[in-house]
Amino acid sequence: MSVGVRESCGKALCETIERSITTHAMVATPELISCLTNSVDLSHIEKNQAQRAAGMEMLDFTQQLISGVALGCVYGLIALGFVLIYKATEVVNFAQGEIMMLGAFMSVTFIATLGLNYWLSFLLCVIAMAILGAVMERVVLRPILGYPQFSIVMATIGLGLVIRALVGIIWGTDDLRIETPFTDGVFTVGKLVIAWDALSIIVATVLLCGALYAFFRFTKVGIAMQATSQNMLAAYYMGIPVKRMFSLIWSLSAMVACAAGILLAPITLIHANLGFLGIKAFPAAVLGGFGSIPGAVAGGITIGIVESLSGFYLPEGFKDVAAYIVLLAVLLWKPQGLFGLNAVKKV
Amino acid sequence: MVHRVRTDYGDSDPLFPSKAAAFWYAVLMAGLLAAPYLLESYYLSQLVFIMIYAIVGVALNILSGQAGQVSIGHAAFLAIGAYFTAVAQKYGVPLVLYLPLAGVFTGIAGYLVGLPALRLHGIYLAIATLAFAFIVEEIIARWESVTHGNEGLMLPPPSLFGWKLGSESFYYLCLLVTVLVILAAINIIRSSTGRSFMAIRDSETAARSMGIDTARYKTTAFALSAGITGIAGALYAHKMSFISPEMFSLAVSIDFVMIIIIGGMVSLRGAVFGAIFMIMADPLLIILKDRIPSLTEALTHALFLPDAATQAIQAGVLRVVNAPGLKSLIFGIIIIVFIIYEPMGLDGRWLRVKAYFKQFPLARQRSARPPRMFLKSERR
Amino acid sequence: MTFFDVKNLTVKFGGLTAVDDVSFGLNEGEVFTIIGPNGAGKTTLFNLISRLYTPSAGQIIFRGEDVTRLSAQQIAGRGIARTFQNIELFESASTLQNLLVGRHRHSTTRPWQDILRTKKVREEEVAHRRAAEEVMDVLRLQRYRDTTIGALPYGVRKVIEVARALCVGPTLLLLDEPSSGLNVEETNAMAEWILEINRRLRVTVLMVEHDMSLVSRVSDRVLALNYGKMMAIGTSAEVQGHPDVIAAYLGA
Repeated sequence: MSVGVRESCGKALCETIERSITTHAMVATPELISCLTNSVDLSHIEKNQAQRAAGMEMLDFTQQLISGVALGCVYGLIALGFVLIYKATEVVNFAQGEIMMLGAFMSVTFIATLGLNYWLSFLLCVIAMAILGAVMERVVLRPILGYPQFSIVMATIGLGLVIRALVGIIWGTDDLRIETPFTDGVFTVGKLVIAWDALSIIVATVLLCGALYAFFRFTKVGIAMQATSQNMLAAYYMGIPVKRMFSLIWSLSAMVACAAGILLAPITLIHANLGFLGIKAFPAAVLGGFGSIPGAVAGGITIGIVESLSGFYLPEGFKDVAAYIVLLAVLLWKPQGLFGLNAVKKV
Repeated sequence: MVHRVRTDYGDSDPLFPSKAAAFWYAVLMAGLLAAPYLLESYYLSQLVFIMIYAIVGVALNILSGQAGQVSIGHAAFLAIGAYFTAVAQKYGVPLVLYLPLAGVFTGIAGYLVGLPALRLHGIYLAIATLAFAFIVEEIIARWESVTHGNEGLMLPPPSLFGWKLGSESFYYLCLLVTVLVILAAINIIRSSTGRSFMAIRDSETAARSMGIDTARYKTTAFALSAGITGIAGALYAHKMSFISPEMFSLAVSIDFVMIIIIGGMVSLRGAVFGAIFMIMADPLLIILKDRIPSLTEALTHALFLPDAATQAIQAGVLRVVNAPGLKSLIFGIIIIVFIIYEPMGLDGRWLRVKAYFKQFPLARQRSARPPRMFLKSERR
Repeated sequence: MTFFDVKNLTVKFGGLTAVDDVSFGLNEGEVFTIIGPNGAGKTTLFNLISRLYTPSAGQIIFRGEDVTRLSAQQIAGRGIARTFQNIELFESASTLQNLLVGRHRHSTTRPWQDILRTKKVREEEVAHRRAAEEVMDVLRLQRYRDTTIGALPYGVRKVIEVARALCVGPTLLLLDEPSSGLNVEETNAMAEWILEINRRLRVTVLMVEHDMSLVSRVSDRVLALNYGKMMAIGTSAEVQGHPDVIAAYLGA
């Protein structure tokens, strides 16, 4: 007897018993008796089955959780780029996803076309993006410093369009792939299978956050950036080159985005729609309150987990919008995000 | 400086600023009424698109320009209006009923979106509207029993009191709706409601201290803006006669914001200018695309470049011209250039040109320069 | 029934008690001034009264009604108007537009009536306009009628803010440092206008002010605050001579 049939038999038994109790017709029919005798070992087997299923479920869940965390780290890294720029300049950079995409495509050129070593390419890409980030700030953002936020947001959207179009013109619209040390290979803990690429993202995120923390905490430039982000005018009066700080912040955030793009490359193919991940990272940044670096990463991981679990357990279609539903719910509940400050304007 | 002479208290905001303006608007109206007899069908169809975009521009002007609330999800309202129309038409609701109802229905949706907006500011609001737009797009794609999902919906041609509307009569319908929407927007802006929007935009604290229920007026702004966009959606659905979810994507929302960025947010005229620009950019780009290869060829010949160089340049130009992303490249550059060099949009340029001719020999560049803007922190 | 009463008003921000158990009453028709060193809690007290902040404890009673839990816009609806220390005008609009916003509580039309611009809307617009013009006449603002606020000097903006508050049609006017940032001449003019508003338009005035010459010129009574607590209350001369007040200002 297959499991399905047994289950249905057990179900029928329960229904019969229920019915007999509710109707007070306590007449033991032969079928009922046979069913009852059967049910003894049946329940035993079912219990085993349930245990095993629970084990499988647990494993599935953990597996989904890990891939969610890995995906979330990418969101977190993109969100980190948002947060860095927002904290310093009060600009929300809608082109962050496209900058990440540009980094990923650049790695294609270095690794696949020029055949350079992965680590060297990584370094070159990050340096190139740092320069490009500063150029973008100088050309697009510097002239509109102090404009209404809406205009600045639109300018970054325009920047994103330009980057996406240029990427399409330079690299074409085909899906590309790069060879990385993490492309294949898995890492197993008991029955749990973790892909190297997922693990590499998690490890890199932790390292990057540590590096950023140290940068802002211990270096002079980092402290100057903090000062700039807290009070631009005061920082300026203290002799901090505020404009150069803005360029530096953009460099920094482009570097982080570039790292995210290259780390993501082995998981998804590199294609012109990669930039849309940037829009997915908004919920992450908002959940984190748009002003806090650990908040951005925490928000990213939350969104990653939500997305991967909803993709596994909920009907099709929820995966794509789960992040936004969570975002709206959180905004309704806490308008300044989970880690945001809720201060009242002074009059 | 020019001072207006006023003769009574009722004329603080007349419909037309002067008799001359009234005359020119009448000329424009006459031209638009005669358009079906003067223009080829292609240009008439472009005019219809311009009017639909202008209606959306007016909607966004009320929300962003007047009330200072940001939305990068207005394609969702267009979608709601369009799908409402498709469904209403299927069930035999007459046009005179479903056209305003599309506005009301979408207005209710806008009201609901406006509720979270009460607690959100600036960037949080922008992202919330973005999230809303994605969710609406997904719902339309998945709710197959009503929307036919990604396959889309076909709409039969609209009919009014039993007459099927051809392209010309549909043009007149669009013209009527556009004029009514613009009149309604003017009336709103010059009323107490419009002043409350302005107050919320400039200083919410002061608005509250003046007795303005900011929550009520923010939701009103959202509902109005969404309702107007919904009406545009109804016209859009009929114009396209086929609707599917990907016609209401994020790119469309960004197009809509471009209308008011390029046109200018200060006045309704900006919305119309922006709509003209956005619609006419496409045919202009196509013309450019056709001309550029032959132009470069002529240029390289004129410069007596060696054949190899000519071919290389030609290939490069062709690659750029035929690249799928050319339109977004140019639009991206246009957005940036406008924000940097023309922050008041085409409307601002129009006003400056007008001022130049008014003050003709005395006009100086410096007096026309827009005032510098300084950082006003939104961080509190 | 007293006109306006503040009873045991307290507000805490985290660990800081910005306003600590403050009580005072206003008589109808007087000019009442709150003085105190920087950070004494004067503006906070104002923000509590106009309900931009919510008090932690205490009551605000206006004409026999407990207004402690009303919203800021309802406070304006009761006829309490205010100005701001750092000017909160609607910068992109003209002077006239600003004053018309002040008339908001007198407009009864609904948005759909505004869309159709019904007869009622047109009549109300004329009434608003007339009221705004009258206020402009009193404060001599006619020549700035169509000028955008952003293009006006600080001193004029300060007066426009008072004008906008007057357009609300207040019975109680809250002025937050009306003379800050004004020169001697403008301060004198401001003093005249405060008196004129008080005497001629019969508006009770509650103000926060630093300029002691202005305070003694216009105030009927003065309250001195320090660290959120009441130090002294009485006529201007009494409060200025109070030993605690002298100590607080001189830091002795």
